[in-house]
Amino acid sequence: MTQSSVGEDWPANMFRLMVDSGVDLFAYVPDAGNKRLIECADASNEARTVLLTTEEEGLAICGGADLVGKRAVLCMQSSGLGNCVNYLSLVNGGKFPLLMMLSMRGDYGEQNPWQYPMGQAVDAIFEAMGVLTFKVETPDDLGKATVAALHATGAGAQSAAIILTQKFLGAKAF
Amino acid sequence: MSEAKIDRRELLPLLFENPDDYLFVSGLAGAAKDTAALTHDGDNLYTMAGTMGAAVPMGLGVALNAPDRDVVVVTGDGELLMGIGSLVTLASMAPANLSIVCIDNAQHGETGGQSGHTGKSTDLETIAKGAGIASTMTITDPDQIKDGVSFLATGTGPRFLNVRVTEGEPSVYKRNMDPAACRHRFRNAFMATG
Repeated sequence: MTQSSVGEDWPANMFRLMVDSGVDLFAYVPDAGNKRLIECADASNEARTVLLTTEEEGLAICGGADLVGKRAVLCMQSSGLGNCVNYLSLVNGGKFPLLMMLSMRGDYGEQNPWQYPMGQAVDAIFEAMGVLTFKVETPDDLGKATVAALHATGAGAQSAAIILTQKFLGAKAF
Repeated sequence: MSEAKIDRRELLPLLFENPDDYLFVSGLAGAAKDTAALTHDGDNLYTMAGTMGAAVPMGLGVALNAPDRDVVVVTGDGELLMGIGSLVTLASMAPANLSIVCIDNAQHGETGGQSGHTGKSTDLETIAKGAGIASTMTITDPDQIKDGVSFLATGTGPRFLNVRVTEGEPSVYKRNMDPAACRHRFRNAFMATG
């Protein structure tokens, strides 16, 4: 586990906040940053998970859930946002209030040069495509950012992403 | 592979005698026009005019969350291939209430009729079967459409029906192209009736 999450089960807290807000479908591409959250969803009878072959599928699945009045979340690594860009046309143009959870690479302490270009483009892409972002840099941010994103994508009717920074997650060792 | 003899403009009304009984999601271009003509651009249809490849996963999202409704995705060979991995995701989730109808004309009709992969050696039904979709079928001749109807009605879901069609224009229908208005229309109709 990571330094900032020692002694606390933050994914379980995040899972509970999401489920209590009616989010019951967790679409994901596996990443170290969402591993435990997805395990929580798999272990719960209040949610289900959808393993994706590529991240943009998740936006379409979450959009389909919205068409029939349900809430879902797309969980992915920052690199996967690059795969999603064209499908953010659906989110933005269709005003789908979709929720994303992004675990960062190419950020604070990254040692893999392949991760930097996309990681550093995350903020610009979300801004360009009209998606709000709520960043988690400290354990104290986690619950607040999650609730803020749930409010934004709920009654707020906006699309939004919770961004788990490497300052919070810790950087992968190489 | 048998020569395609089906006219796409005649296909969907023969496959879906009562279109009001279904929730439809269609991909962009010809598939959207044919499905809009079928439903008169009804509030049980969400069509796309972009996000090529999104029809199957969006239909999957609808089907998983509306298990009491019959959900149909109408796509084309080019659109399906752009998001072909979604057949794998669909097979793993295996919603019994979902059918995929692929209108396979082996070309990119919307952009000028450029040749597509399915005119060479690619077979979409074999891909769907390999992805793990429970029931798959290909039809090429108008006489087989009745078999397609039976397949969609009684095959174990999810179902994948590939329809090899002749070259030619899709249906002519002026549909609503505003993605937000179409979202509201579909969502409100669903929430009102379930």
